[in-house]
Amino acid sequence: MNQLNNFSKGIIKENPVLVLVLGTCPTLATSTSVINALGMGAAATVVLLCSNIVISALRKIIPDKVRIPCYIVLIAGFVTMVQMLVKAFAPALDASLGIYLPLIVVNCIILGRAEMFANKNTVLSSAVDALGMGAGFTLALVAMATIREVFGNGTFLGMDIPVLVDNKISILTMAPGGFFVFGILIALVNKFGKHKPKKKDFGCAGCPQAAACGRAGVGCEAKETAEVSAK
Amino acid sequence: MTKFIIILLSAVFVNNYVLSRFLGICPFLGVSKKLDSATGMSLAVIFVMLMATAATWPIQTFLLDPNGLGYLQTIVFILVIAALVQLVEIVLKRYIPSLHQSLGVYLPLITTNCAVLGVTILNITESYTFLESMVNSLGSGLGFFLAMVMFSGVRSKIEGADIPESFKGLPVTLVAASITSLSFLGFGGVVENMFPV
Repeated sequence: MNQLNNFSKGIIKENPVLVLVLGTCPTLATSTSVINALGMGAAATVVLLCSNIVISALRKIIPDKVRIPCYIVLIAGFVTMVQMLVKAFAPALDASLGIYLPLIVVNCIILGRAEMFANKNTVLSSAVDALGMGAGFTLALVAMATIREVFGNGTFLGMDIPVLVDNKISILTMAPGGFFVFGILIALVNKFGKHKPKKKDFGCAGCPQAAACGRAGVGCEAKETAEVSAK
Repeated sequence: MTKFIIILLSAVFVNNYVLSRFLGICPFLGVSKKLDSATGMSLAVIFVMLMATAATWPIQTFLLDPNGLGYLQTIVFILVIAALVQLVEIVLKRYIPSLHQSLGVYLPLITTNCAVLGVTILNITESYTFLESMVNSLGSGLGFFLAMVMFSGVRSKIEGADIPESFKGLPVTLVAASITSLSFLGFGGVVENMFPV
């Protein structure tokens, strides 16, 4: 039951893209077509799964002070493996994802899950959490890509859709369309989401951009510790 | 010379890192609320981009490529950038405390900024020479600066606007970013026509 919860929270309640708003760069950049979105989602999920498993297995060995560099090296290693596999077996995907494939290294979702979940939980829970988060990331990407591809290009998975293919809104597949569709999706989640979890619940430490997340400057980490000590 | 100008202008306007390549979105959305923090962050990004390129280009060309270690690119680059940022922070703190005060907060964040890793990798994939890489990094940094400063202006206008409840916060910011990025679409083709080859 607990494991089920670990899995499902990543898909809906703590969806990394639409609720936690992590990993925006790859979301915006690779959601131009459904194929790209699936490829990016799968690549990120594989990296997330491997890194979560290894980091939670090593959580008692990695010294606390140097944990972030350790995580980054581990993640970079897995990203390189995925990069080589994609290059070898799906060269077309490699060409269309381009620079965004190596950039999985700096995807906030992966470092975030390592910091927030994997270094505190068992290997099994971490693996389940990674699968859930990966699925949530992929679903959000595919949802965005579907809107952008169907209306922007008149196709779905490369197949023409009768009426839409003659009346396409090409701007949706370009940069402005990405921002726009993402904004609308988040607004929809805000509108229909039952409760919006506060960013604090997940701790800002999870995001490498923590100090920049609006509470700029000393950042929320300092604030958080202050809150904790106040309690 | 023309080549440098073309690279610089394309990096600033046509292929703007934030608005058309979607790199460095996190700081773009996070730090653009106030003009001074937007400026501080962008200056730090320009600085780190130049330093990172100056360090990673020679490593790739003289160390990794001749030894057939090209596949280590991602690991080596992220490590070099992380170490470099730490080093820069320590040096600044010791020797130029005033600069450290204005840029210091932003430096650790930059390690995981995808724009910095992105520019170093793109310099290699585009097979630029060392000078071209430096110009490209400068242009990318300036483009980031331009987008941040413009967008912080746009955001200050949104603050007072009356918007639907569900659009408050991030959604309206993203829609505004979409319109800002629309304006940058207008630069497409400008550079090519300015300097016909």
